[in-house]
Amino acid sequence: MTLISNLINGISLGSVYAIIALGYTMVYGIAKMLNFAQGDVIMVGAYISYICTTSLGVPALISILISMAVCTILGIMIEGLAYRPLRKASSLAVLITAIGVSYFLQNAALIIWGSTPRAFTSVVPFKSISLFDGQLTITPESLVTIAACVVIMVFLTLFTKKGKMGKAMRAVSEDKDAALLMGINTNRTISMTFAIGSALAAIAGVLLCSAYPVLIPTTGSMPGIKAFTAAVFGGIGSIPGAMIGGILLGIIEIFGRAYISTQLSDAIVFSVLIIVLLVKPTGLLGKKITEKV
Amino acid sequence: MSIASKYKGLSKYARTNIKTYGLVIILFAVLYPLSNAGLVSYSITGQLVPICTYIVMAISLNLTVGILGELSLGHAGFMSIGAFTGAILSASLQDKVGSDPVILLLAIIAGGILAGIAGCLIGIPVLRLSGDYLAIVTLAFGEIIKNIINCLYVGIDSKGLHINMKDAASLGMKGGRIILNGPQGAVGITKIASFTAGFILILFTLFIVINLIYSRSGRAITAIRDNRIAAESVGISITKYKLIAFITSAALAGMAGALYALNFSAVAAEKFNFNTSILILVFVVLGGMGNIFGTIIATALLYMLPELLRDVGDFRMLIYAILLIAVMLLTNSSKAKLILENAKLKLRSIFRKNNDGEVGSNG
Repeated sequence: MTLISNLINGISLGSVYAIIALGYTMVYGIAKMLNFAQGDVIMVGAYISYICTTSLGVPALISILISMAVCTILGIMIEGLAYRPLRKASSLAVLITAIGVSYFLQNAALIIWGSTPRAFTSVVPFKSISLFDGQLTITPESLVTIAACVVIMVFLTLFTKKGKMGKAMRAVSEDKDAALLMGINTNRTISMTFAIGSALAAIAGVLLCSAYPVLIPTTGSMPGIKAFTAAVFGGIGSIPGAMIGGILLGIIEIFGRAYISTQLSDAIVFSVLIIVLLVKPTGLLGKKITEKV
Repeated sequence: MSIASKYKGLSKYARTNIKTYGLVIILFAVLYPLSNAGLVSYSITGQLVPICTYIVMAISLNLTVGILGELSLGHAGFMSIGAFTGAILSASLQDKVGSDPVILLLAIIAGGILAGIAGCLIGIPVLRLSGDYLAIVTLAFGEIIKNIINCLYVGIDSKGLHINMKDAASLGMKGGRIILNGPQGAVGITKIASFTAGFILILFTLFIVINLIYSRSGRAITAIRDNRIAAESVGISITKYKLIAFITSAALAGMAGALYALNFSAVAAEKFNFNTSILILVFVVLGGMGNIFGTIIATALLYMLPELLRDVGDFRMLIYAILLIAVMLLTNSSKAKLILENAKLKLRSIFRKNNDGEVGSNG
């Protein structure tokens, strides 16, 4: 029974990683940059939802919508102010800027909301489900997280395959200049990708803090890095890959914590990243990209 | 011929040498007597050794970021390896070697060697990657090192060193004392680091790094940075030169770590986290990537800044973040470059006008 319960916890944590990883993978696929600040957008999303429910008394569902809206605007602003001027700069410059943005968000949150941990109340109003005479308890948060992850993945797959904007995104990720010549507004497409990624981060933030209810300014950084690991694991740029990578990583983390060592669970997760990058750098479902001279 | 024009006639190598060594020696010559005479406040004298270690860290990171052109986000991890190696070695040598400077020297060397070995072990697989992947893997390695040290227990008694990863009680020691106590880190360190040692370490680092940059290997490393494919096609072994830069950088960070640990009575692994790596990166970026002279100034100034501006407090990291973004945008965005160029031209024309006016009035 503990095995099944660990498995469910793993899938649930993995679903959160998967939702964040979807944001990473879309941004990486299109803008070819590692948006380091993704993890901190999660934190902002969680704080907005927290403030809406506790201070303003807004119902949980509406608070999620508000936090999604705020994060979307934040994502578009970050892209426009910090990343757009560097479209043609070296990847090192873009990466350092992204780290700067991430650091900025963390410290701005520290000044605005302080370093005292906030106890996040779960947004899921259901009770835990008890099975097999209470031997197996499934928290409603894990079920909602898993369901949300599946819905988001299906929606994103349809969006990129069928929608006009989705087609534009695929075109931009394939060849930015050719897409521009075909009359696609590449800047708007990239902004749109950041908007989607940030909205996903807001959902992930609320779900993450519902399951692990401690909210501090650095809440998002570790899950952010792990979600990037998940995106690399699944193959960066691939939507189903991000989902599979996220869930596998969640299971590895929970099993590592339960059966190997609590303190070493992060080390185990990061070892996975290193092994994947060495054995199959393109990830499980990634496409091989040959470098052009 | 004036001194200024003579200086300009020197090679770039000689100029870099004069500039950087000169700066360090002058700073030491001013600060050492002042701190000995007690003319500098205690809050500053306490910072002298950490500043030295951070300068060494920043110079060594500049080798990876500025010269090799790869972003390493796990630099604090190597510092951590050096720090705990140094702490363990100094504790075990305490009773055997009488002289503190000798212990310090051995600890720094051991820290450097172990961090260098770690750099080699990490570098061989990691340096096959580049760009964002390399950055994230170095970050992962930094976290792994921190995690492992966090659950490492080391003790010493008459039988020698005891190591285990469970807890302090299961070390099975008879008497003796604990050196490394899991999440608490190294405890009961004898403070043997000194400002002079820090100064010598900076000089050593400068000697290694500047000579590496201006050697054949250094030119190969910058060639890889500027165009990897072109460098490869003229027969430069990418892995070999990347490894040279990476291991040198790691070993120097390890030495700085050993010096850093031996300046405090207790050091926890948490000290060498991602934030420390970022802090060093800020020093490097603001000092100028690839510019050793600028790195030294930026590190010294930025490290002292919070001491001088106590009121800023919480806003310090926020200011660092904004500076980091601003420097990147100003130096890399084509629009910002244009604006800067125009501003420069305007300033120049204003100065020229003023000078002309003066000449006119004299005549």
